[in-house]
Amino acid sequence: MAKNTHDVIVIGAGHNGLTAASYMAKAGLDVVVLEKNEWIGGAAVSRELYPGWKYSNCSYVCSLLRPEIMRDLELYKYGLQIIPYEGSATMMRNGDYYAHYHDHDMTINSIRRHSHKDAEAYERYSRDVLRQCKIIKPLLKMTPPDLTSFKPKDLFGALEFAKHFAAKDELGGLGEKEIYDTIRFYTMSIRDYLDEYFESDITKAHLAGSAIIGTALGPCSPGSAYVLLHHYMGEVDGSVGAWGYSRGGMGSITKAMTGCLNAHGGEVKPDNEVVNVITKNGRAIGVATKKGDEYYAKKIVSNLDVKRTFLKITEESSLPGEFVERVKNFKIRGSSGKLNIALDGLPEFPCIPEGDPGGGGDMHFTETIEEMEGAYDDWKRGEWSRNPYVDMCIPSKSDPTMAAPGKHYMSVFIQYVPFNLANGGWNEERKQEFGRHIVDCIAEFSPNFKDLINHYEVRTPLELDNEVGLTEGNIFQGELTMDQLMFNRPVPGYAQYRTPLKNMYMCSSSTHPGGGVMGAPGANAAREVLIDMNIPQTGNYY
Amino acid sequence: MNRDLRFTALKKTPFHSRTSLASRTNKYYNWNGFTVPTEYSTTELEYTAARNGTSVMDLTPMCKYMINGSDANRFVDYLVTRDLSQMEDNTVAYIIWCNEDGKVMDDGTIFKFSNTKFMLCCAVKIYNWLHDSAEGFDVSCEDATDTTAALAIQGPTSCSTLKNYGADDLELLKPFAMKQYNINGYDVLISRTGFTGDLGYELWTNPANAENMWDSIMEAGKELKIRPFGMYALEMTRIEAGFIQTNTDFMAAEDSLRPVRMRSPYEIGMGWLVHLNKESYFVGKRALKKEKETGNSERCLVGLDIDGDKPAVGSVIYNEKKEDIGIVTAAMWSPTMKRNVALASLKRPYGIKIKENIFAEIYHPEELEYKKIWAKCKVVKRQFFSPERRNKVPADLYE
Repeated sequence: MAKNTHDVIVIGAGHNGLTAASYMAKAGLDVVVLEKNEWIGGAAVSRELYPGWKYSNCSYVCSLLRPEIMRDLELYKYGLQIIPYEGSATMMRNGDYYAHYHDHDMTINSIRRHSHKDAEAYERYSRDVLRQCKIIKPLLKMTPPDLTSFKPKDLFGALEFAKHFAAKDELGGLGEKEIYDTIRFYTMSIRDYLDEYFESDITKAHLAGSAIIGTALGPCSPGSAYVLLHHYMGEVDGSVGAWGYSRGGMGSITKAMTGCLNAHGGEVKPDNEVVNVITKNGRAIGVATKKGDEYYAKKIVSNLDVKRTFLKITEESSLPGEFVERVKNFKIRGSSGKLNIALDGLPEFPCIPEGDPGGGGDMHFTETIEEMEGAYDDWKRGEWSRNPYVDMCIPSKSDPTMAAPGKHYMSVFIQYVPFNLANGGWNEERKQEFGRHIVDCIAEFSPNFKDLINHYEVRTPLELDNEVGLTEGNIFQGELTMDQLMFNRPVPGYAQYRTPLKNMYMCSSSTHPGGGVMGAPGANAAREVLIDMNIPQTGNYY
Repeated sequence: MNRDLRFTALKKTPFHSRTSLASRTNKYYNWNGFTVPTEYSTTELEYTAARNGTSVMDLTPMCKYMINGSDANRFVDYLVTRDLSQMEDNTVAYIIWCNEDGKVMDDGTIFKFSNTKFMLCCAVKIYNWLHDSAEGFDVSCEDATDTTAALAIQGPTSCSTLKNYGADDLELLKPFAMKQYNINGYDVLISRTGFTGDLGYELWTNPANAENMWDSIMEAGKELKIRPFGMYALEMTRIEAGFIQTNTDFMAAEDSLRPVRMRSPYEIGMGWLVHLNKESYFVGKRALKKEKETGNSERCLVGLDIDGDKPAVGSVIYNEKKEDIGIVTAAMWSPTMKRNVALASLKRPYGIKIKENIFAEIYHPEELEYKKIWAKCKVVKRQFFSPERRNKVPADLYE
């Protein structure tokens, strides 16, 4: 049994764990990251499961990763390159399609084919959503204030938060009307929100997709409008709401972060699953691994979701009962599945004209919000959606590193898929049945699709839980609803990355500002650790 | 190669075959979703055509809406701040319209055919706004942008050019009047309007007539110094004329991301278009009345005459204590007037009560270095250039 001592132990080598670790290593600390899998990356990972094809096995597109983090960690040096999307499209059963482009006016012209009014409404809609993005952006890198505390830090923090809503000029300069809009936006369903702007079903269905991806909410559920904002608040080089591919798959992000960590003396140890947090007198002092090793450190930072952290690897007896109760009630419901497909050539989608940039990014085939809600109804009954919402893309169209020339990798994200499958749960047979069902759905829109398939990987919420470690397979490590956002994330009173155990911190997406390959929880958590250790911080993030 | 026409990045106007042939520079830009030239050959020469001969510009991308119905007269009067109740048939009026908060959405021109038929031309798309506002009125609002081809024919010889084209008695047409012609077998509406502040006309016709109209006018003006004219040259003439441009000199209320950027008519020098004594209600009246009564307008849009010859593009304006009091929204060296002029948005009382001792900080690029110039400015009338020929009836002819 080896005994190791470091300044900091980070549990889990996902993007937030690696972000936190890199920031702390940059500040001069001796950091070790313990990862249960043999590979690094958590849900931002690229693996070659079929020779010659690289998959972005879990997360598949990049937008939310904060540019300040990319800059501070010099991720370009370690190989990170983001390739912007050209467009997106929804295919229709009548052979037509609906497309969005990188260029605003092209999008307007495209929407106009379906509705003249919607084309103009889209200008108003983009302005309003962009306004909300501008309000929320500065909040992402702030540690949420504790609203019940009278510490100067929290009082100033609350003021800072409020300032973004009320301040004049650059911070929004919002009047009463805009503040009302914000409050409504955070609590509305996406259907109600879109109904205030658009008339055509296809416009609404295309836009509503962002509001349901990854969440266990339907388009009619209150709070789903916020999920759309969560997907829009990213950027690619200042183009707000734009999405792109990470060259070499999403694993390139965590690979680059590992590169930064190593360059600053830190280390990732794969195949080292932490099974227990060692505590002494209410303090976390170390961790024990499955292999039987023990690691000790001044600070321990968990990148596992809040449920795994406190219900699986921490002794319940060392935690306050009320806290444990809150953690048990944390909503973290799996709702998504994924197919990663190795294709022998480029599948044809006759609905989308050849050479149309709309086919260069995400493609869908859900034509109405009602269809989407129907897909959600299946999930509520514990079934996978018979008519699912899919977010599919072919990164190899833009990225030459995913497959050999002429060959293609297709990523298909599927909404909705339950964690607890009705009538006996998941098994290998039902998993394959689910995979075949999705392939059939796509084949309806692509005559040569099935013939091109060499291999595919099926991922259900169960795999995401077992393999990646996302409880119930929830990709955001906790539902993105107002009761679990900002000063409520993950639980009220513990939104500042600290935990009831002294010297133990959280940096996962279960903390503010939440899920997506954003890195902000990791960077925020690192800042709090450094503050507690009286270590000065530098960089663009602070 | 067969192209699927459902995907088109930018539309072509009905004049594209002609404008692209006339273009020697292949410089285009995106105007309201259409591809149109910024410059055909040399901006300075194109500009000169508008002050010396005849300039021809493709206006098709401009938003155009037909408003028809028994309530059309009442509806447009409700929509805009200006009192249009006395407007005569076959005339045109310059107008602005606001949202309910009294913030300007856009400016434009309204063409009155009769009490039941109008055409509205403007920069920012307002199809939805028209439809929403039309509730309760017996009117229909059609977007005619794609179905109407339009050319601006501007400059001292423009009247003669158009007479040669077949517009008989055009010299008798008064400013802001319009007349329906039938030329070469097509209906052509000619209005004495324009964006250059000079003698000039705008022609409106069916897209099927576009190429014929372009060719015939070019032929008609052959001896009258005719020249196609791009967006850059238009920008020069409109600054000299003191015309404002939406989203350049002020932000359209419905386009402003930051609510503090929205402007009332009083803040952009358009107070003269607000008729609070108009009997009926109009959109924004309540808010505008309040602003007028309390006098709490925060900004103003003025003309500046600036020392030196370096254009004050994007300059910040300061008072003598070097406090920031505003910004230049458009600036140029005027070749006609040999003056350094600009339009600027200032914080009151500057521009209204205080017109002297204000300065522009100009960064003039000089071979990879900036020369920083502290130039004295004078607040002047925004309409820098308005030649007599602009409003003369009968219009000048060159025969």
